[in-house]
Amino acid sequence: MILRALYEGAALMTSIGKRVNRTESLDRVTGAGLFTDDLGYPGLLHAAVVRSPFARGQIERIDSAAALKMKGVEGVFTYKDIPGHNSIPIILSDQPCLAEKHVNYVGEPIAVVVARDRRTARAAALKVVVTIKKLTPLLSFLEARNHPAIHLFGKDNVFRQFKVRRGDPARAFASCDVIVENEYRTPYQEHAYIEPLAMIAIPHPDGVVEIKGSMQCPFYVRNAVTRVLGLPESSVWVIQAATGGAFGGKEDVPSLLACQAALPAWKLKKPVKLVYDRTEDMMSTSKRHPGWVRYKSGATKDGILRAIDIEYVIDGGAYSTLSAAVLFRGTVHAAGPYRCENVKIDSYVVATNKVPTGAFRGFGSPQILFAAESQMDILAEKLGLDPVEFRRRNLLRVGDETITGQKLLNSVGLEETLERVLESSAWTPAAESEKDVGFGLSMVFYGVGLGAAGAYLARTGANVILHADGSVLFSVGTTELGQGMTTVLSQIVADELGVPFDSVRMTAPDTSRVPDSGPTVASRSTTMSGNALREASKKIRAVLVDEAAEMLGCPQDQVRIEEGKVFTEPVVQRRATAAGASIGPSAPASTTGSLPLQEVIKSCVHKRKPLFADGWKIAPPTSFDGETGKGDPYMVYAWATNLAKVKVDRETGEVHVMKVWSAHDVGKAINPSSAEGQIEGGVLQGLGFALMEEMLVDSEGRITNPSLSTYLIPTSEDATEIVPIIVEHPYPEGPSGAKGFAEQPLMGIAPAVANAVHDAVGVRITELPLTPEKVWRALQRESRGR
Amino acid sequence: MKLSFKLNGKKTVLEVTGGERLIDVLRDTCGLPGTKEGCGKGECGACTVLVNGAPVCSCLMLSSQVEGKEITTIEGLASGKELHPVQRAFIETGAIQCGFCTPGIVLSAAGLLNRNPSPSREEIRRAVSGNLCRCTGYVKIFEAIEKASQYMKNRKGGGSRDE
Repeated sequence: MILRALYEGAALMTSIGKRVNRTESLDRVTGAGLFTDDLGYPGLLHAAVVRSPFARGQIERIDSAAALKMKGVEGVFTYKDIPGHNSIPIILSDQPCLAEKHVNYVGEPIAVVVARDRRTARAAALKVVVTIKKLTPLLSFLEARNHPAIHLFGKDNVFRQFKVRRGDPARAFASCDVIVENEYRTPYQEHAYIEPLAMIAIPHPDGVVEIKGSMQCPFYVRNAVTRVLGLPESSVWVIQAATGGAFGGKEDVPSLLACQAALPAWKLKKPVKLVYDRTEDMMSTSKRHPGWVRYKSGATKDGILRAIDIEYVIDGGAYSTLSAAVLFRGTVHAAGPYRCENVKIDSYVVATNKVPTGAFRGFGSPQILFAAESQMDILAEKLGLDPVEFRRRNLLRVGDETITGQKLLNSVGLEETLERVLESSAWTPAAESEKDVGFGLSMVFYGVGLGAAGAYLARTGANVILHADGSVLFSVGTTELGQGMTTVLSQIVADELGVPFDSVRMTAPDTSRVPDSGPTVASRSTTMSGNALREASKKIRAVLVDEAAEMLGCPQDQVRIEEGKVFTEPVVQRRATAAGASIGPSAPASTTGSLPLQEVIKSCVHKRKPLFADGWKIAPPTSFDGETGKGDPYMVYAWATNLAKVKVDRETGEVHVMKVWSAHDVGKAINPSSAEGQIEGGVLQGLGFALMEEMLVDSEGRITNPSLSTYLIPTSEDATEIVPIIVEHPYPEGPSGAKGFAEQPLMGIAPAVANAVHDAVGVRITELPLTPEKVWRALQRESRGR
Repeated sequence: MKLSFKLNGKKTVLEVTGGERLIDVLRDTCGLPGTKEGCGKGECGACTVLVNGAPVCSCLMLSSQVEGKEITTIEGLASGKELHPVQRAFIETGAIQCGFCTPGIVLSAAGLLNRNPSPSREEIRRAVSGNLCRCTGYVKIFEAIEKASQYMKNRKGGGSRDE
């Protein structure tokens, strides 16, 4: 009986599903955690980048003489100094590290200046004289496709195009009772991570180049530096430093910084640090693609969504970077989380003479979901149905097919997210609300992982070492960006090995320790690295179980390890559910025997048994047909429902968001506190996208508001009440049933707000952001129309 | 010029030009990298330190302006091994994601609680409005500051709290 009490105590102690404190939070809160710019090295030099002032032109001359004369300047480097290839490998390799003959956007890097201190480097960069013959830039992305005079990429300026063909939309529209067709526009969104991009390159005497910096994807950085310096992959060691926010903004751009730092470091054989200042970061690094959507959808009287026809164009800027993958995700998510038998989608990402756009939380989907979810409300209204009922009749459930024909076999918690939001808010569409107050709904979904667009990268490695003293060190190739990966992965390792959470720690992600594990994007770390770690930990556990069985004199299947203790027990279905819920034994344990795990570890060490292991996981297969858009593009989907309550000031056009309910099917929340944090943060970023964030470009292609006082992101004064709701429909292939979701909280906020504004004051805004001016003008038009 | 001030409780004397930014003096001269630079223009608040108990952007202050003053950086907020109630509450509430803005927000919150031990949600909102956080949506930050206020009351029985 005593044993049973112990046992139950232990069963409660697995950290999966618990609100354990963030691993790195003590470091962060005391200032002890070091970010890239906090790191120093003997003889460290500082770099600054010379950039193009023009959107398009031919470089005629680069004159470094004046800069080189400045005291403290150690060198100026151009493309001519590059020992390898002058290109950054991402999907294609069209982006140079440093411009050669042409510049294609304002802020394009041309040269790197290195000096003994940062101030001198930045001053010297301004002294490098670059003579550029200006050419007419192509700035409007809607004019880019097949532009008659300006050819920036291929024959038609299209980086990539996708199609989806399902059913017979033309015929289906003919049978629709209501049809709605609108154009929607969305602007740039800047990541505005609080830590600007930063990188350090340290050349070692043995020919290794070590790179440390703020980044999402150490392997992208490694590939870029090896290409530019012409080195083998084994000689470039990329280590992620603490990274102060990313949101996609540190996916591809760090490759550029790493090369800009590594080139002078390699040439001068001295460590070089490069930190972008805020203005430089905002004007020259990636952002969310501006989008334009023509969205036509139709339904029949019975409230069935019958047909969708979409043309979707996004602005890729000067180089292709990640645009093809961004467009892919946008295309797959274009219909929202609904059944529709007749779909035609043509999507394009085009080249312009503007800053290359790239990854940003949601990755091509927030733009089109703004259109899709606005359409759903308009259709519902025309049908005389309320927005909840119309969605209920069309939403995806287990057994349904998506627009690409993917049959959803499990883990579809969409309907429950809707029910939970309705329950929590006690809102019904029929309820009368106060004057100028409105409610707006949105439902979205998120394909977890890289999907078919990046299937070749969809693998992860991990290794785990159980030390003789019982402490555990693990390594993975994915990175901590603030999303809480380290904590969640530590929970998974602790659970699998049966050791206390506090005894587990992670090494800094380092390309010299783990095999290429792909990028830290697409909400993939929990599932991919989590599964690789489970596999590695299982191997170590097997060694422990074998040893413990011998020590306890019982069969291996009766050994149980939890929280640093080893027990014998009759076989119980502990991990019976995919969610990994701990289910207690059905009968009291009848056998006796227990040991501290430490004794077992000691014995293994004494016998020289291996207490380390590697894990390697590849994602389940995905597919996508280029001609028809048919296939299973993602391994699993996360699902969400958002409800926004707003009040509109008719005098000023201001939209005040009073409250947001946001429910997400995450499979399993390994750490509910972290999952809530992702919802709260994503919702507020979504509100920024919906209401205020807008980057403006002048007629010369210059960004006119590259600062945090002119590009406005939500402050604490804009923060609203957010009700995060976690729904758990386990994903059988995920660790403890978990699936990734952290991008999703941003994705459906803008349409929820636009729908709420319509509900409040009757105006429909189809262009983001919903600034007071836009809302006010719409109200004026509306009142004149009456 | 010779600059003397109190830094994290210790009398400090430095030889400076007087024109350096305080953030550079703290990070480079004094070796205290906990003060972060996010914009260099007083827009983001990541470099917030307490000057005589009140939050200030250290990127906008020159070294000569701190003569005779008392500066607290994030490194000096805890008393030995005991965390400041705001630090403790931030950890427990999950108010930290990437953590780059955290030193600045923690100090703004500590500054608020110095002058107002029982702030309302509105007062908290206002007090940290100069500190941008892009990760958390501020929800757990507000909760943490409320929790810290509670901790301080419990600890000091509601008395005055000069730092």
